[in-house]
Amino acid sequence: MTGMEPTPATALDLSARLSWRVAKNALMTALMVLAFLVVAVPLVAILWSVIGKGMSTAFAGFPDFFIKEIPVVSRRPGPGMGPAILGTLMVTGAATLLAVPIGILGAVYLHEYGVTSKFARLVRFMAMVMTGVPSIVMGLFVYIVWTLRTGYSAFGGALALACLMLPVVIGSTEQMLKLVPAHLREAAYALGASKSRTIMTVVLPAALPGIVSGSLLAIARAAGETAPLLFALGAATAYNPHLFDGASTALSVQIFANANTSFVGSQERAWGAALTLVFLTFFITLVARIFTSRLALKR
Amino acid sequence: MASEPFSLTGSGNRADTGFRWMAIGAASLVLLILGLIALTMTNRSLPVLSRMGLDFFTTRRWSAPDGLFGALPFIWGTLYTAVIAVALAVPVSLAVALFITQVAPPLLKRPLVYVIDLLAVVPSVVFGLWGVLVLSGRIQRVYDRVHEGVAAMPGFLIPVIVLAIGAGLLLTSRRSLVGWVLAVGGLLLLLYFLVSGRSIPPLVFGPAAQGRSFATAGVILAIMIVPIITSLAREVIETTPATDKEAALALGATRWEMIQASVFPHSKGGLVGAVMLGLGRAMGETIAAALVIGSSLGQVTLDMFASGNSMPAVIANEWGEAESLHKSALIALAVTLFLITIVVNLIASAVVRRSMARSAGRA
Repeated sequence: MTGMEPTPATALDLSARLSWRVAKNALMTALMVLAFLVVAVPLVAILWSVIGKGMSTAFAGFPDFFIKEIPVVSRRPGPGMGPAILGTLMVTGAATLLAVPIGILGAVYLHEYGVTSKFARLVRFMAMVMTGVPSIVMGLFVYIVWTLRTGYSAFGGALALACLMLPVVIGSTEQMLKLVPAHLREAAYALGASKSRTIMTVVLPAALPGIVSGSLLAIARAAGETAPLLFALGAATAYNPHLFDGASTALSVQIFANANTSFVGSQERAWGAALTLVFLTFFITLVARIFTSRLALKR
Repeated sequence: MASEPFSLTGSGNRADTGFRWMAIGAASLVLLILGLIALTMTNRSLPVLSRMGLDFFTTRRWSAPDGLFGALPFIWGTLYTAVIAVALAVPVSLAVALFITQVAPPLLKRPLVYVIDLLAVVPSVVFGLWGVLVLSGRIQRVYDRVHEGVAAMPGFLIPVIVLAIGAGLLLTSRRSLVGWVLAVGGLLLLLYFLVSGRSIPPLVFGPAAQGRSFATAGVILAIMIVPIITSLAREVIETTPATDKEAALALGATRWEMIQASVFPHSKGGLVGAVMLGLGRAMGETIAAALVIGSSLGQVTLDMFASGNSMPAVIANEWGEAESLHKSALIALAVTLFLITIVVNLIASAVVRRSMARSAGRA
């Protein structure tokens, strides 16, 4: 033990057991630092693998990997994740358009109308239950109510992701609405604004950075989800720009499918797709952080 | 809450009512979706449940061609991997949360939190990809060494060591839960060895046929739930009143003694809740587990180096080739998973809320 410095609080205590107590304190502190390193190691290892193995695939003969279609025979090496990138953007985008407005409206109900009414408390409780629904259950649910009737489509995947995002958006938005000071609302009412107008022009704009940041974090999580998409998307290898029609694919689904094979070519594509997906989710999270820091500045 | 506006007449009023109903509709959607999930999923799982009855949950044979669906190995696999994950993740997460809140200099706090949160942003399929292509190949050698080491020890050694650690913990504080678990567990293992002459540890750390196993799934899941448990634990720990901590320090406690005396008693309930939320998340996680658990037919075994299967992994891997009754069985698995995770989550949030309410009342 070299880093044994007594904390100021114990410096005065000179009892015989002091050295043992200080040593125990140092040991525990060292264990805490060690625990942090234990967590950091897998993170570094994963990013190392994804970047190291992904770069060589994704940037060999640059834009090919991001543009070309996926090889039909999966063991064939060579580029192509274009349709999966398009699919991820379409599915996540459509899910965002579904879940974010509805989620914000739901949160507006909870905080501005229902507050402590029985119905509001029920909805709040059920939204909490809904955040715990395993993503694969959501995928099967959407398969039963949507895909069985309409066939494979990107929209089915978007529905499943939207179901996962909805309670998260409701929860984070309600937290942000709580931060809007009551006197802003009262000022609007005093000027004669109706309740809906107050919410639309005063409350929501005041809470906007926080709502955007919370929604972006939900989007980042949704973009990386695989299980809900397994049943709804089908397995396309070519571009499919139709949202409501025909099989599609996504980066996460491609990673899952290719990781399960023993062919070097498809494993390389999986690493390339993983790099693309990690970059996408990190980027969205970064934008969310920027909004959060703006929020902190305003306060 | 702001007070209601004066009642208004005129065109604004109708828009107001419309907006109100839209908001109510959006909120009701949560109830509608959950209701539909329960209804449609249960409905679709009826064919297999009426055929298998309770055998669905209690038998081990899962064979689609024979029309036999016993889900016990998958339920076992889900619980076992989740427990391994939590056992690995909890001490680490707690230590990291304490490090960030109590030890790290204020300037470092934010970057440290960012690093942990970064883990939460990595998509689960990427964990799975890394687990199957990088980790499982290397970790098999570790498993082998552990198995050989354990098998070479005399049968009484491990029970005695566990018992000694437990007794040591109990000597320092008699109410240490970990101490009791280790002491009683070690004692039972020792008694079993003395009575039957067989020892359990080599069975738990069995020979590793391949790198994909319950343990590998547990490790990957543990990495994935560390950020969740850490951030919840951080929130709980930060509610410890500064006066409690200062009182301990003023009495001459070292930092660790302050944590033992002030932080732990204050946040015990919330920490238990955080652990249970992590457990719920670990059980529901699909893709990473599906890739690294080995997807053998599934066995009910304590051997954590054996390959197995879990409920979500079976659903993800078998759905593509499933026929009607098989699909019904997979949906029944999903319903089972849904129920288990909801029960765990509900207990967790009840525990968290109760402890938060108590600490809010105290503060």
